[in-house]
Amino acid sequence: MSWAWANRDQIAHLLVSHLYLALVPVLFGIVVSIPVGIMCVRYRWTWPPILSLTSIFYALPSLALYLVLIDYTGLTDWTVIIPLTLFSLSVLIPSVVDGLRSVPQPVRQAATAMGFGSMRQTVRVELPLAIPIIIAGLRVATVSSISLVSVGQLIGIGGLGYFFTDGEQRDFPTEIYVALVLIVILAFIADGLLVLARRWLTPWERGRSARDRRRVFSAAFHGSRAEGSV
Amino acid sequence: MSFFNIAWQWLISAHQWHGADGIPVRLGQHLVYTGIALGIAIVIALPAGLAMGHLRRGGFAVVTLANFGRALPTLGLLVLIFVLTAGSVASWLVPLTFLAIPPILVNTYEGVLGVDPELTDAARGMGMTGRQVLFKVEMPIAVPLILLGLRISAIQVVATATIAAYIGLGGLGRYIIDGLASDQYNEVAGGAAVIVLLALAVQGVFILLRWLIVPVGLRRQTQNS
Repeated sequence: MSWAWANRDQIAHLLVSHLYLALVPVLFGIVVSIPVGIMCVRYRWTWPPILSLTSIFYALPSLALYLVLIDYTGLTDWTVIIPLTLFSLSVLIPSVVDGLRSVPQPVRQAATAMGFGSMRQTVRVELPLAIPIIIAGLRVATVSSISLVSVGQLIGIGGLGYFFTDGEQRDFPTEIYVALVLIVILAFIADGLLVLARRWLTPWERGRSARDRRRVFSAAFHGSRAEGSV
Repeated sequence: MSFFNIAWQWLISAHQWHGADGIPVRLGQHLVYTGIALGIAIVIALPAGLAMGHLRRGGFAVVTLANFGRALPTLGLLVLIFVLTAGSVASWLVPLTFLAIPPILVNTYEGVLGVDPELTDAARGMGMTGRQVLFKVEMPIAVPLILLGLRISAIQVVATATIAAYIGLGGLGRYIIDGLASDQYNEVAGGAAVIVLLALAVQGVFILLRWLIVPVGLRRQTQNS
């Protein structure tokens, strides 16, 4: 602990850069995946190729992608941000699609009967109802991203991952412990905030039974069940 | 020269295909490490997941483990155990196995738990014992999700075994770590390309497995959903 206190400035600095490297990709991911997900649901033929693409992104080891990008983006933050964005997309696009598809048919029919046009129906009715599943995917993407950033340290851009390689070289476990615990805590805080966001965004879910939520709960396990269909 | 060009030049040079540092040997090592870690993880997680799903117990523990496994940075875990065990076999086997367990456990548990209760009730009504219900009804229906769990684990372990080269493990990660250490970008690029191909091959194998193992009726159902 005395080590952590003595090095608090460096820790704080790397913590901020760690969060930046981890969260920017998730932000890009959500901004892109909502329109793409809507497209996949509206134009069904676009879904199979995009699903295949996301399952390829999911499989690519982040380290390999960092190395590919060094040649194009150099040793900048983008070298880490771009692969993590692809990873986020591979989790988030299937979640958005799953979420939109989970909306029950009677709800759509009611919206149509109330005079909602098809785009307005998607944005005003289906998207809000998809929030629990989208946030389940967002939790997976965020937690994974926070932990994956540290791999970037192998090319010198890894936020708190710096303490892993430094601790290994100096044979000094304390610094590895501290960084490990900090990363796990950051991931759990982010996860908790997303749970709060879900509660706040979906007030109608509050009274529902645990069994109803199981569907959503299960999506939280693997981001999305659709990820498994290819 | 672009990455692909460099990687391609490195791959086709005959030098990479022979000797203790050649691609066949490194690939073999990589597959052995992955296989061992995955094998141990399956022996632990598959029965546990089946039992917990069948008994409908332990959901909270499974979710917590899954979250924790995802939050734990692989490089940190590898380096920490390496420093603590002073470089024994445990230094790579423990982290690799540990990271492989949650996806298998979670998906097996989920797969069994998600089986329609009407089906298990019918099976019980036909006089099946609990064990028969598990192995003849719940497990076959859970196969798509079990395979998904195995695939996520396999991908995870292949990637982590690469990173484990940093603490001295053999395998394909050696090209990357050694190449970075000696500023040989062509070796790094070639190594990265081989690893990408391996990851895609793993993904392909599981698509094939899914096609071979998943019962035909079930396949049609899951495609629609």
